[in-house]
Amino acid sequence: MNVLLFGITRDITGQSRLTVPADAGINTVAGLKDWLGVHYPGFKQLKSLAIAVDNEYANDEDAIGPAQEIALIPPVSGG
Amino acid sequence: MPHNEFDNSNKFPDSESAGRYSRQVQLSGFGQSAQQKLKEARVLVVGAGGLGVPVLQYLTGMGIGTIGVIDADVVSLSNLHRQVLYNENDVGKSKVETAVNKLSKLNRQVSFKAYNQLLSVKNALEIIINYDIVVDATDNISTRYLINDACVISNKPFVYGAVQQFEGYVSVFNYLNGPTYRCLYPTPPANGEIPDCNTAGVLGVTPAIVGSQQALQVVKLITGIGKTLSGYLQIFDFLQDEQYKMKLKVRPESRQITALKNSYAEVVCNTVLKLSVDELFDWYESGKKFQLIDVRELKDFITGHLTGAVSVPYNQFNAGQIKVNAKEPIVMFCQKGARSNSTAQMLQQKYPQAEIYSVLGGMEYWEDEFDDEYMISPGLQNGGGGTV
Repeated sequence: MNVLLFGITRDITGQSRLTVPADAGINTVAGLKDWLGVHYPGFKQLKSLAIAVDNEYANDEDAIGPAQEIALIPPVSGG
Repeated sequence: MPHNEFDNSNKFPDSESAGRYSRQVQLSGFGQSAQQKLKEARVLVVGAGGLGVPVLQYLTGMGIGTIGVIDADVVSLSNLHRQVLYNENDVGKSKVETAVNKLSKLNRQVSFKAYNQLLSVKNALEIIINYDIVVDATDNISTRYLINDACVISNKPFVYGAVQQFEGYVSVFNYLNGPTYRCLYPTPPANGEIPDCNTAGVLGVTPAIVGSQQALQVVKLITGIGKTLSGYLQIFDFLQDEQYKMKLKVRPESRQITALKNSYAEVVCNTVLKLSVDELFDWYESGKKFQLIDVRELKDFITGHLTGAVSVPYNQFNAGQIKVNAKEPIVMFCQKGARSNSTAQMLQQKYPQAEIYSVLGGMEYWEDEFDDEYMISPGLQNGGGGTV
């Protein structure tokens, strides 16, 4: 599963995209958030985070699969 | 210089509007009717900074009839790399007054209203009611939520823009029952959760691109030409030259706002003094007295901290428990400068008379510039550092 990263999530992970291994067994948005918190503890502090699945806003309970492209979009405030 | 040097009212009478706007009026699908809509429109621009400047310049040039601009900030030297409406002579002057003065010379047919104040819970609804569209060109998260809620209550669309480092974000919220900012982020992030007030840095040209996109969205909303970004969030990655467009969903509960909250913990950017790592280094070299408070996590503090630093981890920070010595400045310090900035703001609110600084770039900048100078590391417990 390919994950695109934006804003502070790039600082948390140190990269602009990452791949979640298929054997991680993730099948919902909430499951992905849990996985991120385990592998990158900085995500535990990030309560406000929008997630897009195939370019569309997704809720925690929405199903996701390995073929889908995920994007992590935290709030950004500068100007 | 005589004030009327730029008064061109004799040279360009109102009847010459056709000439002024001819290049856009001649566009297929635009024409005189769209120009007339711009002339009748009233737009409020919240923020006269990196985003607000290009928004204001283009809305003025294109002939919006009434433009309000609200900002309490003054021009500072660190603004000029991106806020190119201002110049070196304007440093220290009110942004809105300076902006309106200059914009009036660009197009005296526009009627301007300058609000030299912060948008707040007290004034937001009574100001916004006078406009058709609001432009969110602010630099802090709390004002963005205030704009969202005030626009939902007032039933006004607003054009959102934000930048951080090399990324830009644009959307149109609350347009014809479309998604709002709270549909995307229902509740504000905690203080320090994301960088606020441009503490993460911004490349000079990027807010100009985002602000120009916002001006484009405003014109499309007013005239009805083309499609807007209502229902979508457009993200620009200016470093990789990539774009990402996300389709939004309406959360019905986010539209059920009937009153503003009592407080949006209104963040006032730029009120906290900033200290560069070079200045801090000079303070050490000169033996200046100051109190350095390190708000990084304790384990980071133990790994290495600056001489004399006291550890108050961010998640335990309580402004009321910090002892303020009126004679010594307080220097807030963290990893990148975001948490030091937010804690410095909290401390400044608690102690308005105190001299409080936030170190720009924090430990990352310090290590880049000075490596382990004035650094206390484990096993070298001789620097007077400690925890409270």
